Amino acid sequence: MKNISVTLRVWRQAGPGQPGRFVDYPARDLNPAMSFLEMLDVVNDELTLKGEEPIAFAHDCREGICGTCSLVINGKPHGPRQGVASCQTYVRSFEDGQVITVEPYRLRPFPVVKDLVTDRSAFDKIQQAGGFITVRAGSAPNANAIPVPKDDAELAMDAAQCIGCGACAAACKNASAMLFVAARVSHLGLMPQGQAERDRRVLAMVQTADGLGFGSCTNQYECSAACPKLISHDFIARLNRDFIKASFKAAFRSEPNRVVGD
Amino acid sequence: MTFLQHIFCTTIGRKFLMAVTGIVLIGFVVAHLVGNLQVFESPDRLNGYAHFLSSLGPVLWIERAGLLLCTVIHIWAAVVLTLESRRARGEQHDRTWIQATLASRYMRSTGFVVLAFIVYHLAQFTLGAAQAATYKENLPRYTMAGDYHVLGLTAVREGTVVPDVYSMVILGFQNTAVAVFYIVAVGLLALHLLHGAESLFQTLGWRNRRWSRGLRAVVTIACAAYFIGNLAIPGAVIAGILNPLPAAAASLRK
Repeated sequence: MKNISVTLRVWRQAGPGQPGRFVDYPARDLNPAMSFLEMLDVVNDELTLKGEEPIAFAHDCREGICGTCSLVINGKPHGPRQGVASCQTYVRSFEDGQVITVEPYRLRPFPVVKDLVTDRSAFDKIQQAGGFITVRAGSAPNANAIPVPKDDAELAMDAAQCIGCGACAAACKNASAMLFVAARVSHLGLMPQGQAERDRRVLAMVQTADGLGFGSCTNQYECSAACPKLISHDFIARLNRDFIKASFKAAFRSEPNRVVGD
Repeated sequence: MTFLQHIFCTTIGRKFLMAVTGIVLIGFVVAHLVGNLQVFESPDRLNGYAHFLSSLGPVLWIERAGLLLCTVIHIWAAVVLTLESRRARGEQHDRTWIQATLASRYMRSTGFVVLAFIVYHLAQFTLGAAQAATYKENLPRYTMAGDYHVLGLTAVREGTVVPDVYSMVILGFQNTAVAVFYIVAVGLLALHLLHGAESLFQTLGWRNRRWSRGLRAVVTIACAAYFIGNLAIPGAVIAGILNPLPAAAASLRK
């Protein structure tokens, strides 16, 4: 493949809450095997040499497993390909002479920190609200001491693939965190070890997501289409079922006796 | 949080309310259509049916109150969820749809048109506030030529004098503008249901990849059938297949 040249239309914003604007940067003579982030590195090198402020973007592992990279490329989180993160998007996916728009995620719960970097700690708060199980610490338990049906284990692994990148909420017209919450709730809720907190988990995680200002689900499934791990929106149906069931169970639960003399 | 807070104050709870009220409203519009298709059988059938419904008294009012409550909850949840979601969304400059269906993108617009249609429909056929000249109370009464049965029991006896709903419907749709508005509105309602009827299964957690294609096919066929059924009545009036009773037509000419 021949090298190509493109124009990057990049969102530049000096800091949180400040006005931003798009700036065009030519990226010339790019090797098609370069990743999208490597292309930004090259552009940043040129900017640095010219004495300009380089484009800030979030990145870490650059192999699609950390969930740090978070670009909206031509209107779609993580770019034109399916099932890959921004770091696994390559220059060969674009055409010579193309104008490529690069934006940060645009949703109230993920405020822009600088240029293309957003603060996604809202997902950590949802995780902290219920994305855990309680186990005895100490020596390792015997392998296979708790039977787990093979299909449940596979399904739990599908949900556990979520890297928490936030593309689902960014792709959703309602900025809903449902696919993320669904993946977390399902991956623990499918396992025997996750049953003790199951009802409390789903109620707490959904309420926390609502409280952080994420929107609601209108079942358009843009989230699963944008997900770099192709997590299915079947988990959202499962989340809905779990939430409604937990609400009804909480309403009809018997209260334990109070301590005598209390 | 109490149960009511879970249902009324969370996003999933409100979606649950929309799904449940949606089921009630779908049940109503389907039953309403099936009842009205009796217009194709005979004037006796439709007029007997209409008289039977209006003679239900308290049951009719309980049904109306239930439907009104469902409509109010459905619209309230939609408005609250929409406003919250708008607040959650930042302004994205470049935006592409990936796989959202056409029907799902226009739920709000189709919902508004359906609401406007319901208001006019009630004003026309239930209250007589619109097209008053052809309202059932202003047309000559109709004498039942035979018994009207419900579940094998006689509901309206032969010889009963009842309002002429049959002629009211046909005269109402002989106004082409009204018939076209009706057809457009039920078309948009069918589009609304195309997303809504499928979406409620997801909201209630009764959908997965294995049967989602079957679900979509069933919903699409049902919505198409619903639209064709609704198209048939004003369509047959405009085409001249259905005509008002001579007495009703004569009373208008005077």
